[in-house]
Amino acid sequence: MSVVENGLPVLTAKDFATDQEVRWCPGCGDYSILAQVQKVMPTIGVPKENIVIISGIGCSSRFPYYMNTYGMHSIHGRATAVASGLKATRPELSVWIVTGDGDSLSIGGNHTIHLLRRNFDVNILLFNNQIYGLTKGQYSPTSEKQKVTKSTPFGSIDHPFNPSALAMGADATFIARSMDRDPKHLQEMLTRSHKHKGASFLEIYQNCNIFNDGAFEIFTEKSTKPNETLFLEQGKPLLFGATKNKGIKLDGFKPVVVEIGVDASVDDIWVHDEFDFYKAQILIRMFDDPRLENHLPRPFGVFYETERACYEDILNLQVEETIATKGKGDLDKLLRGKEVWEIN
Amino acid sequence: MEKQDVLLSDVVIKFAGDSGDGMQLTGTQFTNNTALLGLDLATFPDFPAEIRAPQGTLPGVSGFQLHFSSDRVFTPGDMCDVLVAMNAAALKANLAFLKKGGRIIANIDGFDAKNLRLANYIDGINPLENGSLDSYDVIKIDVTKLTRETLKDFPELGMKEKDRAKNMFVLGFLYWMYNRSLDSTINYLEEKFGKKENILASNIKVLQAGYNYGDTTETFTTRYKVEKARMPAGTYRSIMGNQALAYGLIAASEKSGLPLFLGSYPITPASDILHELSRHKAFGVRTFQAEDEIAAITSAIGASYGGSLGVTTTSGPGMALKSEAMGLAVMLEIPLVIIDVQRGGPSTGLPTKTEQSDLLQAYYGRNGECPMPVIAAKTPSDCFNAVFEAVRISLQHMTPVIFLSDGYIANGAEPWRFPKSEDLQPIHVKFKTDLEEDEHKFLPYKRDEKLVRPWAIPGTPGLEHRIGGIEKQNITGNVSYDPENHQLMVNIREKKVENIADYIPLQTLDSGPEKGKVLVLGWGSTYGAIESAARQLQWEGHAVSHAHLRYLRPFPKNLGEILNNFETILVPEINNGQLIKIIRDKYLVDAKAYNKVKGVPIAKGELVEEIRKYL
Repeated sequence: MSVVENGLPVLTAKDFATDQEVRWCPGCGDYSILAQVQKVMPTIGVPKENIVIISGIGCSSRFPYYMNTYGMHSIHGRATAVASGLKATRPELSVWIVTGDGDSLSIGGNHTIHLLRRNFDVNILLFNNQIYGLTKGQYSPTSEKQKVTKSTPFGSIDHPFNPSALAMGADATFIARSMDRDPKHLQEMLTRSHKHKGASFLEIYQNCNIFNDGAFEIFTEKSTKPNETLFLEQGKPLLFGATKNKGIKLDGFKPVVVEIGVDASVDDIWVHDEFDFYKAQILIRMFDDPRLENHLPRPFGVFYETERACYEDILNLQVEETIATKGKGDLDKLLRGKEVWEIN
Repeated sequence: MEKQDVLLSDVVIKFAGDSGDGMQLTGTQFTNNTALLGLDLATFPDFPAEIRAPQGTLPGVSGFQLHFSSDRVFTPGDMCDVLVAMNAAALKANLAFLKKGGRIIANIDGFDAKNLRLANYIDGINPLENGSLDSYDVIKIDVTKLTRETLKDFPELGMKEKDRAKNMFVLGFLYWMYNRSLDSTINYLEEKFGKKENILASNIKVLQAGYNYGDTTETFTTRYKVEKARMPAGTYRSIMGNQALAYGLIAASEKSGLPLFLGSYPITPASDILHELSRHKAFGVRTFQAEDEIAAITSAIGASYGGSLGVTTTSGPGMALKSEAMGLAVMLEIPLVIIDVQRGGPSTGLPTKTEQSDLLQAYYGRNGECPMPVIAAKTPSDCFNAVFEAVRISLQHMTPVIFLSDGYIANGAEPWRFPKSEDLQPIHVKFKTDLEEDEHKFLPYKRDEKLVRPWAIPGTPGLEHRIGGIEKQNITGNVSYDPENHQLMVNIREKKVENIADYIPLQTLDSGPEKGKVLVLGWGSTYGAIESAARQLQWEGHAVSHAHLRYLRPFPKNLGEILNNFETILVPEINNGQLIKIIRDKYLVDAKAYNKVKGVPIAKGELVEEIRKYL
């Protein structure tokens, strides 16, 4: 805390760092995410004491220890449920859930979908590294098929989750994707997540340089990024490629890649609308395995946003309305009940 | 023929019929009517786990036992004086529990060929007609026919709807037999069916018809009366266990000033607590029907972390699912009340039957050294005070607390001399709001003389801190894998719970001499059976005493002393011997066990016989 402006302390990223030694492996993508979160926190206009970070178990879930806010490192998969109880009772708090692909989609999958459908006004930061890091390298529910890991020496058999599609299926009201290696975009997505009123589901591709190094290299490396990624911007055509020479056109319900000036003009390109419920589902399903030929680029940005009442607001409204109409509860009246008798 | 009134002191009635026959309602109505007369009473509803088990079969029998008396009542009674049998299966399932010479009120229609076959009576044999019931006083009524006859002027009601009022006929008849007014049930019907005029009018008509049937039929000459009970003076109401528990939580919320948050997943026999609490938003109660048992407890942990009174309710299987989260609450050292309304186990077990078999789970059923206080209620109304205590301990000692009830307590009813709000002790809770002068940084695990850590909730400027399930350094709360520190923290968590013994009342005897032959030591719902058995033996002149434990962990400080004053310690439990293991372990006494695990309460009679073995 350094300067005081208009009576309010002006905070910097440093004010959000703790005195605890950060213990992720050197080179882990988590460092970048922590740095971006620490940069964004001073800008969102929430007093530090009103920010709570709740995590489950896994590498990413050590996050709260490194943030000088309120925080709880809970148990495996349950951060979403802990956060639900906190937000239900303390709606004024800014609650952030830090979780991984195993924590939120495997052991805690149930709580994740239920939090989304209830639409608590919280932010889920899903660090997706497509591997189990803390348990030293087993495949995760987002690992690509045929992945050889410690627990799958013959290659994994499970079909992976598309996390954003799962969130869409659970009627999430804000769904976005970003990556550890694009700080600016990540900061923007964190800010958008905060601004959204309702449950924000932000999937962050995060490199585990020990057990799954390079899992997202194709999306993050300068040489491949332009052709493999599609950055979504509201109201803008879905263009990609080094010179924005390629775009996505809808052929019926099917997205296809076209080349501007060759087989389409810019006017033919699908214009992104974050509020389009139906098109969001097509966009979210652009999830081709980049190892395949003629695959579609992977979208990043806000897929979908909508407004829906938040669980905690309705819950508290019910309490307020009951008290407003019936008055505050009278304990003596409650204990007495309807029928009593006297013994002398 | 002239009708005469006979004065009785003690009656046990069992209402038994198909699970769709409305026996629970009939029993509850008769209970309320009885309570309003100022009689002491105890009830025992006993129903199948299936909502509508196959009609007419033995597994489909639903029962409700009511014991009322002008004397003190401690149990719903071992044997009944009157058995209402709506069908053959109901008779077959309950005849063994009817006293010899007792009265059977049988619905003839429920003894037709089909019902007899469904109840597994050998072809053609009708117990109402073959003389097998000669040693009983059998009253045969064709309830179905009489009900239909009564409702012949209700053409708009179908046969099914008419038959649904059968239980009102029986209830009306019993009201006549026991000299009762119909008012309480008419009031109830008006409230329930106020807007459905037809249903209301038909039910009242059948109720009255049942009453008039007793009054006008010449064969019934005797009516019975039971005088008011000699209970402590005061204002009473009838209360069920789960209801008292819900009220206790609301009272504790009011008296601590912390809003109540309940995270719960429906499970028999605990769901009624969720139902009851969800109605009381006017007290600021927030209920959250979670997606599963784990979310139920972890959401309550989240609420508690935010400064609410976090509570979760469940039964045995749900307790098992919550274990890991209980460990988290122990590590976080935050308040949380976990309510286990025990039922028959293991696994799904006997969902609607009672058992006391989760005590060891409550004591030890978690990974690591994970001590938590354990408190148990002994009767339906005792749930109120006992859960109030659970909340007090949880909030004042910054610890999760396990509260044990069971199916028998949860669904049983009894008269309750309810307290006044002003007589309930406030529960003082103080959040930490500022750093002390000598503190540069908030130290979340710096303890007071009770070893209790400060409670600082999110939203408090300057006290930002992190807590979690990983072992932490004492005082600072930072993550620590240091061997010495882990030993220290294990010891502190244990000592913190043991210290609670300084803040709970000493154990007293429920009845009997301070020194003697046998001490019957119990916990939970065996209270009534033990107390009535002990009283009988005391009356016979034996040195038998009864001590009933509310505080199971830690035990009251003087418990060891009490145990030393008796030649034999007998521990009856509805399990295979759980409290006794802990007692033997802690006090090195050769305590004797009496165990029964049949899904039903221990009866007074069997207990008297058991105690005699040690006299």
